[in-house]
Amino acid sequence: MDWTALWLSLRLAAWTVAILLPVSVVMGRFLAYRHFAGKGVVEALVMLPLVLPPTVFGFYMLVAFGRNSPVGAFWQEAFGHQLVFSFEGLVVASVIFNLPFAIQPAQRGFEAIAVEVREAARCCGMSPLASLWRVELPLAWPGLMTAMVLTFAHTLGEFGIVLMVGGSIPGETKTIAIAIYDRVQAFDDRGAAIMSATLVAISLFTIAITFWLSARVGRRLS
Amino acid sequence: MALEVMARAAAPIPLDVAFRVEPGELLALVGHSGSGKTTLLRTVAGLWRPERARVAVDGTIWIDTAAGIDRPTHRRRVGMVFQSYALFPHMTALRNVMAAMDRPDRAEAERLLDLVNLHGLADRKPAQLSGGQQQRVAVARALARRPQALLLDEPFSAVDRATREKLHAEIIALRRHLAMPVVLVTHDMNEAQLLADRMAVIEKGRVVREGTTADVMADPEALRAMGIREAAAMLPATIAEHLPDGLTRLDTATGPLFLPQVEGAVGTRVRVRIMAHEVILSRDRPEGLSAQNILAGRVTAIVPGRGPAVMVHVRVGEQDILARITRRAADRMALRPSEPVHAILKSMSVARDHVAPAPAGALRSA
Repeated sequence: MDWTALWLSLRLAAWTVAILLPVSVVMGRFLAYRHFAGKGVVEALVMLPLVLPPTVFGFYMLVAFGRNSPVGAFWQEAFGHQLVFSFEGLVVASVIFNLPFAIQPAQRGFEAIAVEVREAARCCGMSPLASLWRVELPLAWPGLMTAMVLTFAHTLGEFGIVLMVGGSIPGETKTIAIAIYDRVQAFDDRGAAIMSATLVAISLFTIAITFWLSARVGRRLS
Repeated sequence: MALEVMARAAAPIPLDVAFRVEPGELLALVGHSGSGKTTLLRTVAGLWRPERARVAVDGTIWIDTAAGIDRPTHRRRVGMVFQSYALFPHMTALRNVMAAMDRPDRAEAERLLDLVNLHGLADRKPAQLSGGQQQRVAVARALARRPQALLLDEPFSAVDRATREKLHAEIIALRRHLAMPVVLVTHDMNEAQLLADRMAVIEKGRVVREGTTADVMADPEALRAMGIREAAAMLPATIAEHLPDGLTRLDTATGPLFLPQVEGAVGTRVRVRIMAHEVILSRDRPEGLSAQNILAGRVTAIVPGRGPAVMVHVRVGEQDILARITRRAADRMALRPSEPVHAILKSMSVARDHVAPAPAGALRSA
């Protein structure tokens, strides 16, 4: 059992969720409420990581964040190491790759709030921020919850992009998914089986928590 | 202080309107859907911004496009009741009301819920309340904001007829607590006549007629937009006796009125909406008619319309009732102002929801 790899995966998933939660609130809300020219294009761009082959996505991440890119060069200058093939680089790739999993359900969550309910919040004297906190977030919560669970689970399982952008550096970029692949390559079926089972257990646990929470929300609204 | 509204826009619907509502007064904006009446209400609330607008209340300017002032909705002290109730579904009735308060005050919220007859339902979620109950919460919530102007956007059109009758009666009873200007948007002329002091008929974004409810409801030109068959007058009456045959006898200034069962205790003052096209006129007191209600009165005016009909105003006590008869009939009877005449009304021509409680307190009669 590669505990380092599991811990790395959990950290990566936690960071991705932590960064994408506010992003999905802002973007999901924006896309749910606003109608503007080019909205379809923005929505399509958000969905792109869903249809792109992970290797293609990973390749462009290397191009965009590699040593020769402006971002990569700046990172090297500022932190003394490359952005790609590092944990931070993995977080960046994971955040971008998970955009559709986070923003889509969040957007649906905000879209489910009747426009009159939002207007009523304003008429009740709530500022946009107060309305978000007291009315919109509690109502969009099931969507946001789904977004975060999907992101978490999806990050744990991602393989192609992690391999392309991170390589397989133990303790830095070697996630549990890659560790399992390594075990299989080394004919260590037992190791692969233990790690796979652990991943299944974690996934089941996450889904169970989601179901329990959304049932609670459902009771709260009825 | 009054609510003053001016709004002009070219799109999405043309709008060119100005009106004024005094404190404690209820103005009904009536018109067909698409006439712009809801857009006007949304302009007052700040939920819609026309090209040019000026809204001021209590001397506070909410929007003045000419001066570059535009207060966001949450900084306007406005109470809004939506057609769809628009309660916060995750909050109890009590929390919904408290959500509109600057300093949440549980006791005050409970008092408001009592005021709209929701005692004991404070802890229910909106999903556990009927449509009528939800709308009562919405009214309490709007009042909890301590609004400088109260706006009602088709508030009773989503509830069933029986509930609507009850809500109408409650709003009439609530009026003496409402010191602010009130604007009601509705396409229901009965509702407008029962509730409003003044009416403005909106057509294609313009006010085609504004005046007291009685005047507007008697004006054939004003009613052309909404249908001349809506012409009606409100006759004050007092419940005198519930009869065993299912009729209720009401006393009016010039005689009894027999109507199908009217709810309310003997002695209750009510107003009866009498449709102009249901009234028959006779010079002499007729005998041998099936119609039970014969009110003696005096002709005060004969207003010609565009068609073959005229609107005859008949003074009964201190109020005019209206009779819409053909010009031919008026000529044949040789009706003249100030001459005595009898107004005849079938009991069965008065619908249940055309009888409303008289306004309580020191309010102008509508």
